[in-house]
Amino acid sequence: MNITLPEFDVEAFRKQFPILHQPDSHGRQVIYLDNGASAQKPQVVIDKVVEAYTKYYANAYRGVYEFGQRIDDELELTREAVRSLINAERKEEIVFTPGTTASLNMIAQGYGRTVLKPGDEILLTLMEHHANIVPWQIIAEQTGAVIRYLPLTEDGRLDLEQLSDYLTEKTKFVSVTGMSNVLGTIPNIQLLASAAHAVGAIFIVDAAQSMLHEAIDVLETGVDFIVFSGHKFYGPTGVGVLYGRYQHLEQMSPLLGGGHMIDRVFEDHSTWADPPAKFEAGTIPIVQAIALRPAIELVREIGLEAIRAHEQSLLVHAMDALREIPGLKIYGPAPEHKGAIVSFTLEGAHPQDLAFLLNRHGVCVRHGHHCTMLLHDHLGISASVRASFAAYNTHEEVDKLAEAIQAARKRLRLA
Amino acid sequence: MIDRTDNNTDQITLAEIFDEFEFLGDSEAQMDYLIDLGLDLPKLPAQEKTELNRVHGCQSNVWMLTDFDDEVSSPLHLQAESDAMIVNGLIAVLLAAYQEKRPKEILDIEIHKIFDRLGLDRHLSPQRKNGLNGMVKRIREAAMVKLSQEG
Repeated sequence: MNITLPEFDVEAFRKQFPILHQPDSHGRQVIYLDNGASAQKPQVVIDKVVEAYTKYYANAYRGVYEFGQRIDDELELTREAVRSLINAERKEEIVFTPGTTASLNMIAQGYGRTVLKPGDEILLTLMEHHANIVPWQIIAEQTGAVIRYLPLTEDGRLDLEQLSDYLTEKTKFVSVTGMSNVLGTIPNIQLLASAAHAVGAIFIVDAAQSMLHEAIDVLETGVDFIVFSGHKFYGPTGVGVLYGRYQHLEQMSPLLGGGHMIDRVFEDHSTWADPPAKFEAGTIPIVQAIALRPAIELVREIGLEAIRAHEQSLLVHAMDALREIPGLKIYGPAPEHKGAIVSFTLEGAHPQDLAFLLNRHGVCVRHGHHCTMLLHDHLGISASVRASFAAYNTHEEVDKLAEAIQAARKRLRLA
Repeated sequence: MIDRTDNNTDQITLAEIFDEFEFLGDSEAQMDYLIDLGLDLPKLPAQEKTELNRVHGCQSNVWMLTDFDDEVSSPLHLQAESDAMIVNGLIAVLLAAYQEKRPKEILDIEIHKIFDRLGLDRHLSPQRKNGLNGMVKRIREAAMVKLSQEG
């Protein structure tokens, strides 16, 4: 079958992001390749933030006055936009949270505590972000559950041949990244969800990295929970999403009490509101959540398929260009198994120095362990440099990255 | 370029570093200068890069030797190296401040005034500052041990 991908005009897309046309204080054109840490914001998102604060701001779910009503309507429109994005059954399954880390902690504490018994197992992978490790370590310590890590293949994919050794009837939760923030590896979510369900485990996807690059259909894949952050999705900081199947949300305990999440408060106990309110204690990130909608609409207008096709061509180009550089080692699988993230080390150059020297050319990359110490231990390195791409990046920027690395080699007297 | 072929007699001084920082003005150029200082730093012999000599709290690896001769109030023989060049540049600053100083002198040095004057507090990331403080702590502790041994 021949699939024709929709046209993607990268220049037109770039134009919507004002910061990409903003030189730094040295007058340099910025080449932003730290999208894995956070994505830049399109004008429609910035406009929406300003609109909400200047035209109809009020607290949420409290006022019967016009502004309050408008805020509630806008929030529900975002909830619906998220529902539609992941094809969830009901918009009541979409909870607004402060971000991915908060969402994962809410699941681990709120659901883990009701389910986990001593000896029960939680299956993670060696390439998880600390945000998908530490909350499980905390609940494991509290309940006596045990964490296991699915190993990786030599080239940085999940070693599915060992899955049956790690996934047993003891496994109660399987929580896996939708896309490694270092290797770029994209696991087979459908397969993992089915395997988890076959042993009766709850399957969670940490979609912080993947949401912007890979569509996940929760009904089709049967995923139990998906979590992601607005700020990595061209949206505002401070807002994230926790999707959970409605029956799971009903079973799950709230992590925070107070405010909008109650049904009835008595002297000695309280009862909770129905989901999603049950998990939205206090004043939620109202404006951030509202301004997430134009980001979702922008992405959907272009289409994740078109975005992915463009990003994959950047990835292939970057891997080809970087492989030419002597002493440079790229971590992770071949492009067909990963998203547009290239993490590397350069022999004789510390990642810290390299990131500093790349900045001299306006190239913004991340260095360090990227909140994946287990993965870096596994790779036998303490730090790496990461270039992570978004749909507004161009092939010229990939070339400039390679040129900047070559210049850094000369500067460090490696060439 | 600074000639560091004869480290003991031709070591860069704090005054020279202050002058260069002032001349460069811009923090990015100053960091660049630190890279040059780092590239010219004498290498530590491989056998000295042990866990015992490693300074903890640094984002990059740093190995440091703080030796005094046996005689009373002997001056410090400081050797250190990192796998990051900017950090090696910071080590060059520490060498300029502490090399061949006696234990009492070491403890009297107000190193943070030197860092302030170089603007390091403003330009370094918190992790790098931690690392720098870790190195200073190691040197001061060695001086304190030497002093206490001398009663």
